[in-house]
Amino acid sequence: MKTVLEGSHAVSEAVRMARIQVMSAYPITPQTHIVEALSEYVAEGRMDARFICVESEHSAMAAVIGAASGGVRTFTATSSHGLALMHELLHWSSAARLPIVMAEVNRALGPGWNIWMDQTDSLAQRDTGWIQLYVEDAQEALDTTLQGFHLAESINLPVMVVLDAFFLSHTYEPVDLPEQADVDRFLPALKPRIRLDTRTPFAMSQMAPPGVYMEMRRDIQSAMERAPDHFARTEVAFEKVFGRRYGAVEAVACEDAEVILVMTGTAASTCRQVVEDLRSEGEKIGMLKLKMFRPFPVNAIRKLLGDARKVAVVDRNFSFGASGIFAQEIRAALCNHPNHPPVFGYIAGLGGRDITPDTLKEIYRMTRDTDHPQAESVWVGLTTEKESR
Amino acid sequence: MQEIRFHGRGGQGTVMASIILAKAFFKAGYYVQTFPVFGVERRGAPVEAYLRLDRKKVLVRSNVYTPDHVVVQDAKLLQTVDVARGLKPGGWLLLNSAEFPRSPDFSEFQVAVVDANRIGLDLGLGSRTQPIINTAVIGAFARILDMPPLKAIGEAIEGEIPVKQKENREAAERAYQAVRIRGD
Repeated sequence: MKTVLEGSHAVSEAVRMARIQVMSAYPITPQTHIVEALSEYVAEGRMDARFICVESEHSAMAAVIGAASGGVRTFTATSSHGLALMHELLHWSSAARLPIVMAEVNRALGPGWNIWMDQTDSLAQRDTGWIQLYVEDAQEALDTTLQGFHLAESINLPVMVVLDAFFLSHTYEPVDLPEQADVDRFLPALKPRIRLDTRTPFAMSQMAPPGVYMEMRRDIQSAMERAPDHFARTEVAFEKVFGRRYGAVEAVACEDAEVILVMTGTAASTCRQVVEDLRSEGEKIGMLKLKMFRPFPVNAIRKLLGDARKVAVVDRNFSFGASGIFAQEIRAALCNHPNHPPVFGYIAGLGGRDITPDTLKEIYRMTRDTDHPQAESVWVGLTTEKESR
Repeated sequence: MQEIRFHGRGGQGTVMASIILAKAFFKAGYYVQTFPVFGVERRGAPVEAYLRLDRKKVLVRSNVYTPDHVVVQDAKLLQTVDVARGLKPGGWLLLNSAEFPRSPDFSEFQVAVVDANRIGLDLGLGSRTQPIINTAVIGAFARILDMPPLKAIGEAIEGEIPVKQKENREAAERAYQAVRIRGD
């Protein structure tokens, strides 16, 4: 059934229909609407689940780690400082191989205090062993949340579904709301591989001395290496029931493109319009939408970008002392590909600043008219020093 | 694609007006996208919301800078906010007011007024000092644009507003009749 939903509530609906059994969360803008709706569903008896109220995000993740260790389907959601506070337990949950799903609404870190869109919060968690999937609209947020459980449970790694603050979380748009029976068909009850049970007690997450630790790390990486295939299988199963699929990456008009923009999140949606507009004017622009960030889909990227003319990565994030984070990863993926294209890095839209069609057209033109990158990153749309005083 | 910008004050149901209108347009077969200007809103502070509608999927997800139409829920905002900023010449400016605006007179635009405060008060919506006006404003908007159908507006109101549904529908219907267009 098609209905107009807020992006946050598209996630809440997916979590409700996934029949999760335990969730725990601490409110933080712009994530709050997701768990607000879920707490209402639990209070009204629309969900047969426990909502564990806690005093911090650190405890929220600890609570779902405990529940997931007991073999039940779990969920949490957070943003920005809340995610940063979870950091220790993000490592814990992936190393314990728990299939937790989290919705993470991208928000800037302070100070200066800022509640708006910025990807640095989630990208700063790139080494924690979580699968990260970025979405561009409310339908994809709903679908990817459902897929997240399927994927997490197939390889025992936690999945982070990442969505833009406000441009997605607080935006209402038409969403095809699945039927519960279809969701049940796609996502049957969890059959846990690991399950603490008082009737057959054992200890988990024990001391791992040098003789075993490295193999455990390697096992996590093996699971990560299998994740793209597992995700493809998840998508096949999803498409069979719902008729939609997204891909870990998606190439739009890339075949003959002179410049390919690499995009994530809602800016990828805006870029689709820009590709349509500029193509109608005869400009050879393409877009590569990156949905999966961890594991980084290196093979797909080499295939799609390895022989491109020019690549322009638009980063709504920044790693101080280096460059945009997606640009770093794209460069690393391409550097061993013979004759790889120059990779231009652009920083745009930090802290909720808008990325408009004109922003992307400017990025396209700058790339088209420059032979080689003049800097690791070009910051787009800064006010001049004089204006900002 | 058409873009509409709403101006109001925190507590006036500005975002809700935009959502109800979006749902009514959706019922009438449009693709819609609506979102508030994201701030840390306080009661009484100026707020804005945007609505995009099209016959096909709306891809652009940035803010609205050059709206086709503007809705102003509080006439006093004209003193402090440039409500016509970016408004396309010939676009509608709908104002909740008993009188047409004199300064600025918005001569480049089509101007309509509706006394939504009076309609809200007459129907006992909200309090005497703070009547509910958003459902009346939506009704007036549907009249000047000749869409979405009043029936879709009524259904959307019932879907979104849990209290005084009959009165709120009535407010939209009365405003639909009462809205005045400059030059008519």
